[in-house]
Amino acid sequence: MTAAEIAGASPLDGIDAAIAGRLIAAALGSGGDYADLYFEHRSGADYVLEDGRVRTVGRGVTLGLGVRVLRGDATGYAYTEELSEDRMLEAARTAAQIASSGAAPGAVPIRPVALPNRYPVAEPSLGRAGADKVALLRRADAAARAADPRIVRVEASLAEEQREVLVVTSDGHYARDRQPMIRFGVSAVAEEKSDGGVAQRQGGRSGGAGRFGMEFFDRPGQSPEDHGREAARLAIGMLHAVEAPAGPMEVVLGPGESGILLHEAVGHGLEADFNRKRTSNYTDQVGKPVASPLVTVIDDGTIESARGTINVDDEGNAGERNVLIENGTLVGYMQDRLSAKHFGVKPSGNGRRQSFRHEPLPRMTNTFMAAGSDAPEDIIKSVKRGVYAKRFAGGQVNISNGDFVFALTESYLIEDGKLTAPLKGTNLIGNGPDVLRKVTMLGSDFELSQGTWTCGKDGQSVPVGIGTPTMKIAEITVGGTKTR
Amino acid sequence: MIGPMIDAMSVKPAAVPAGRLPDPKACQRIAEEMLGRALDAGADGAEVLVRDGSELEVKVRLGEPELVKQAGSRALGLRVIKDQRVAVTYTSDLSSAGLTRLARDSVELAALAEPDPEAALPAREEMARAVDDLDLWDESVLSLDVAEGIRRARAGEAAALKLDKRVTNSDGAVFGRTVGASAFATSAGFSGSVRGTHVSFAVEPICDDADGKKRNGVYWSAGRFAAALGDAEEIGLEAARRTIAKVGARKIPTGAAPVVFSPEAGRGLLGQLAGVVSGGAVWRKSTYLASREGTLIASPLVEVVDDPLIRRGPGSRPYDGEGLQSRPNVLVSEGKLRGFLCDVYAARKLGRRSTGSATRSIGGGPHVGVSNLILRPGKTPAAELERLDRALYVTDLMGFGFNPVTGDYSQGAGGFWIERGERAFPVSEITVSANFDALWKSVDALGDDLDTRSSVQCPTFRVSEMMIAGS
Repeated sequence: MTAAEIAGASPLDGIDAAIAGRLIAAALGSGGDYADLYFEHRSGADYVLEDGRVRTVGRGVTLGLGVRVLRGDATGYAYTEELSEDRMLEAARTAAQIASSGAAPGAVPIRPVALPNRYPVAEPSLGRAGADKVALLRRADAAARAADPRIVRVEASLAEEQREVLVVTSDGHYARDRQPMIRFGVSAVAEEKSDGGVAQRQGGRSGGAGRFGMEFFDRPGQSPEDHGREAARLAIGMLHAVEAPAGPMEVVLGPGESGILLHEAVGHGLEADFNRKRTSNYTDQVGKPVASPLVTVIDDGTIESARGTINVDDEGNAGERNVLIENGTLVGYMQDRLSAKHFGVKPSGNGRRQSFRHEPLPRMTNTFMAAGSDAPEDIIKSVKRGVYAKRFAGGQVNISNGDFVFALTESYLIEDGKLTAPLKGTNLIGNGPDVLRKVTMLGSDFELSQGTWTCGKDGQSVPVGIGTPTMKIAEITVGGTKTR
Repeated sequence: MIGPMIDAMSVKPAAVPAGRLPDPKACQRIAEEMLGRALDAGADGAEVLVRDGSELEVKVRLGEPELVKQAGSRALGLRVIKDQRVAVTYTSDLSSAGLTRLARDSVELAALAEPDPEAALPAREEMARAVDDLDLWDESVLSLDVAEGIRRARAGEAAALKLDKRVTNSDGAVFGRTVGASAFATSAGFSGSVRGTHVSFAVEPICDDADGKKRNGVYWSAGRFAAALGDAEEIGLEAARRTIAKVGARKIPTGAAPVVFSPEAGRGLLGQLAGVVSGGAVWRKSTYLASREGTLIASPLVEVVDDPLIRRGPGSRPYDGEGLQSRPNVLVSEGKLRGFLCDVYAARKLGRRSTGSATRSIGGGPHVGVSNLILRPGKTPAAELERLDRALYVTDLMGFGFNPVTGDYSQGAGGFWIERGERAFPVSEITVSANFDALWKSVDALGDDLDTRSSVQCPTFRVSEMMIAGS
């Protein structure tokens, strides 16, 4: 890939309004209600350093068009990787077959959608010399090893991507966006020989991501050294972790990454498709109390350069800030076009897809809980015996019944208001509405996690952001191995 | 209601247009030509993977088509080695100019990597000599078109909705079909291609439960051959039975108990075991089993094998991701760890031979991966495993909760509480936990009901004690 290709010329440049108009006409040729075209040109590279050596470098490009036709609640979808007009028309006609009769809506003039620039990148990282990125990996490796002699293995990786999209809709939207992403991660293994000579090992990971160029690494906490040291700290800290307790108890969730609780406990349940189909436990709950009055939850695709931020969603609608729960009351769902039509509301800028091979779905962007007024240290002090959870590996929810689980990778026992022993990895399991009603204290220390969070739904992955202040849950089940 | 009813019969593209079938020989030609380009561009060695496939997905919900998705897709992945430096690249642009450029760019890219003496292609004598026909292609799959998919999905969902009035909603029924070809060529001295078909069908009904909760359940069929789809109505009925059985699920008190894993749930545990018997995890010091070869790591009842040569197997492959002849590998027998799965790189790192266990995708280089991973069934009828005074029967696991470095394991679970040999009531919102070392050593019974629908295959099995966290 040449610098010019990164900065300027693109295979999507040849897609003008005339071609798009012909494809839309073909897509609606069988009588669909609505059609859209989703062109995607994605370039990526990745670098992996293992055991002090840059083991592989990778690079790839994908290019394609997805055509979607809606007829009532039904979707016809086809895609092609060849952007010849013949193949594109074939994809449009294939998608069109979802509709079998009826008059197509008349042609609507295609107009560019004015978009903000929420991820201004002076220079795309892909254009920078590979050696610069290798140097970052080396710095992380050195920092992790220097942190402690017990660090016996380090792996560092950098992945960068530029995703260029062009969305054209039959109601006249023409939106083009460039979405950069950079992701950095370090994992470390610590080893300690006990008196008997048996090696105890533990692993730790740290990573960060966002819609940045190389300036990402100048941000607070995002230098390669920061991630190297943090991975080492977690691995070393876990060497002497004790068994986690089992059973319900008070739990304090630290700021930032604990947003994973929101993502699972309410986020997915508030995606409009599940509510349109009445398969979510939040169906028909708009206007009703669904959480403690302390709880305000927002999905915000407009936070500058955050991982889940989008200038435009994958259906041609601008990214937005949407309040989902306000002071405990459910305000609304995250909408894509299909669901918005069903509910008679405007799409909320949440129609997202993994790639041109996938149909859009209502998805989260950056989902977080607004700050409260408690001092974080007071929250910890208020707990006689419980668990403080700080870092997490991931979570999962069952939309239908609201049960969710999330995995703790750094947590501590709280005894008499103080953090004591580090705990081995464990899970918290709860029920969304139940747990949100048990939020009894909320910190003033809101933090947006800069982690490498990726959300999966129906086999599609999209990058997202999460965030929270420190919060106390009066009772949630801790999935440890030790009974009290 | 918007628009007319959609008539399935009016949606009629031929399933796979004649002349557009994925063609293994055409893929192999592209792969071989690309190999030539890579060597011409200056690579010391190279490997090329080409995939060509078509997918069809049909989803019906409440009797109406909700999604019909169909497309074909081709892509190429390349690994080049120059001066012991490795680059991995991919593209969906298979034009001659595009591929020539990719070859040149990839060799340039490799200069960014650092020399790695272990990063070499396999030795010529290790390569597969022939490509076995493992019966992975079913011509009759081609005739399963959109209309047939809709018919089956409607029938399966309708059966589920009709069974019991407690089934009040549906997340739909999905029919899927993929038809694909794949070719691999390597300068180590192998070029081959395979083709395969795969079909799947799932029904997911929903019941209403107390407090606005809903209960979803799913049942599915899958396999290489159309016959594996089974009867759509039977699948729907089983899905409904499983969903209804979850109504009223509740927590159970925290404490230790025997745990029986259904084949579906057990598959998750077996999949985690695959990760810790990987040679890649051993040299990365990322498995608690690193120094345990030849020792007891499981109950003597446990036998685990990775077998890529099963005819019609979902994960079968005649050659591995580096072009080596595939072979079955016994991982655990009589409870002892018999060896680690290795690709060429892991084998060199550990001073041993590859076990022919490399997998690779278009976008990534080779790495250790399982084919058909099987926990061998026992002779006990599965139902007898539940004949306990008190135990937990687990049907669902959720979340992330396995630390391969230490073996610590904890996941969210759902299923049934067993009292006096009977399923007394459904259970949800609990976790099950144990260290993997103790968990596998505590397997005290294996059912005779091996589930062969997917590439990770388990029977029902029982662990004599795990910690359950609940109320």
